[in-house]
Amino acid sequence: MTQLQYKRTGSASGRTGSRYWRSKSAYLGALPFLLFTGVFLLYPTWNVISGAFEDNYGVASTAELKKVFNSPIARGAFGNSLELSIKTAIIGAILGGLFAWAIATGKQGGTFYKISVALSSVLAQFGGVMLVFAFLATFGFNGLVLTFATQFLPTTFLADASWLYSMNGLAVLYTFFQIPLMVLVFLPTLENLQPQWREASDALGGKYYEYWLRVGIPILTPSFAGAALLLFVNSFSAYATASILINLADFLTPLQIATALTSETGGSNPAEAKVLSFYMVIIVVIAMTLYALLRRNVSKWEQRR
Amino acid sequence: MSLSKITRGSLAATLVVALAIPVIQSSPASAAGRDFSKVTSASQAGGIAGLEAECKKEGQLNVIALPLYWANYGDMIDGFKKKYGVKIDEANPEGSSQEEIDAAVTNKGTKRSPDVFDLGLAVAVKYLNTGTYAPYKVRTWNNLQGAAKVDPSAQFTPNYTGTMTIGYSGTLGTITKLDDLLDPKFKGKIALNGDPLGSSAAMNGIYMINKALGGTFDDVSKGVAFFAKLKAAGNFINVNPTEATIASGQTPVVIDNGYLQAGVVKNFAKIGKVWKMYTPASVGSTYNSAISAWAPHPACARLWMEYTLGETGAEVWAVGGATPTLWVHLLKTKRATGVAIASIGKSKIVAEAATSAQTAAARAYLKTAWPAAVGTN
Repeated sequence: MTQLQYKRTGSASGRTGSRYWRSKSAYLGALPFLLFTGVFLLYPTWNVISGAFEDNYGVASTAELKKVFNSPIARGAFGNSLELSIKTAIIGAILGGLFAWAIATGKQGGTFYKISVALSSVLAQFGGVMLVFAFLATFGFNGLVLTFATQFLPTTFLADASWLYSMNGLAVLYTFFQIPLMVLVFLPTLENLQPQWREASDALGGKYYEYWLRVGIPILTPSFAGAALLLFVNSFSAYATASILINLADFLTPLQIATALTSETGGSNPAEAKVLSFYMVIIVVIAMTLYALLRRNVSKWEQRR
Repeated sequence: MSLSKITRGSLAATLVVALAIPVIQSSPASAAGRDFSKVTSASQAGGIAGLEAECKKEGQLNVIALPLYWANYGDMIDGFKKKYGVKIDEANPEGSSQEEIDAAVTNKGTKRSPDVFDLGLAVAVKYLNTGTYAPYKVRTWNNLQGAAKVDPSAQFTPNYTGTMTIGYSGTLGTITKLDDLLDPKFKGKIALNGDPLGSSAAMNGIYMINKALGGTFDDVSKGVAFFAKLKAAGNFINVNPTEATIASGQTPVVIDNGYLQAGVVKNFAKIGKVWKMYTPASVGSTYNSAISAWAPHPACARLWMEYTLGETGAEVWAVGGATPTLWVHLLKTKRATGVAIASIGKSKIVAEAATSAQTAAARAYLKTAWPAAVGTN
């Protein structure tokens, strides 16, 4: 017993022991996180990637990869997914960026600031059935606005709800959660813009536009582009909202994956689902690599200040 | 919703694999030395009493993909619980037939694996003779419509038929013919439950319209053309109808199974509203009960089969708007109750259904024809 105690203290206070154990215990703290990502992210991802190179019986094969790659329907869905994601990322980034700017220039810690940030945190998670339902009840064929508009504004677009049931309608729904997400991601960067920089620019005779052109925009660009990439990935992988509003099996890649997994009419094909997911993983990996590179630039100047 | 389903599935899978929880399967051999997982009829199990005694020892039944509003499964589950006093574990109520099988395979050998399935024909046939089902003949088997024809080996047993219908809000007047749906008053109001590539209800909806227009199960082009007309008129919307969209009037016309619409009628009546139904042609699809080959509670699984496919179960399904396969027999022997007859009528003609080969062919055709007819952009 004493020996054991001695040993323990010995190793903990030993020359290399102390540092060694402290570094190891740091890993111990991260263990739940590592276990979590391992079980719920890395293993499923590995499952998808390895599954993409197998057929439905677990035999190594690239037949499904080629079949999906050459399928005009799969390509169409992929194209729609990309189009929707790019559109909503750009719109969400611009509108959300402007909104974040408005919040940042306001009084920090003020009521408007607090409400906006709290609202953004909630709305960034608003999606799926609830979001579709909210829009249908408001702008749908049998919604509030239409009933009102057919009486009072029969010639405007408000009196025709068909826009909601299309790609554009879906894009509007997506921007509803994209804008708040942009606010949350972009606001910290805007708050890091130091007033001293503006003062320095003014003191050196810089004009308003010159400050933005040479200081503001160059500093914000990597962060802005990074946030836009995040929005892109966010809508690229969104599923529930689209599945309710646009009830077409091959409209977007996530919908196609669901059909391949759950078809009741004989279309179930897990190998196809894995291949489609694999192609999505490739796009997401590219986007997130770009994001990481951009973030590196951002953190550079964030540390320097 | 389904994303969470997919995640949940993979969660279960990863948990089982990564943590490798060693779960020992309940010993199938009872005190009497009877292996209930091999029993293929009640008489081999010492009658219903034998099944009941063993099931009570097992204490639980795992069911999967049974929404409570679907074909009155809520009452079915409550009735079984009350009668036998065992717990029922309901997994993934919104799951599809395919997900039922996947869950059984993934959780094979654990206590969580589903005991019984409720499968669409396409999936049921797909897993025939693959060792997925435990063959079992219920006592009413000889009286079940189509049981001997669909699967003489009794690996799965046809249980109830859903007849497709067009349900609509009473505020829209009365639909008497299909062309009424083209009226401008239905603008943006007509929805189909799912996409035919994934949903059997949607596929049957197309079959129904197609048949009403003189088409056959082998050629659904007439039905598709009608949907294209509805879409062009702006009357058809691609929204997937849910309980919420129906209740709030966002999808006031829904093409779906009668046993789902029966639930809407009930709910609407409660709030003083009317939900009507119009059936232009009788098309249905029959679901199938089966016992999982890896059922962790083999006696309860068999008892559930006897309960649901017997007279009590038939009554529950009938009240929920689904036609039990025992129905014709009950009518013939004058055992059908008044409540059940009021719900589904006295017709002895079973709704026509497509074969799985016809559905496969229709699906291949619809892969391009359906988005061309009703797609957006």
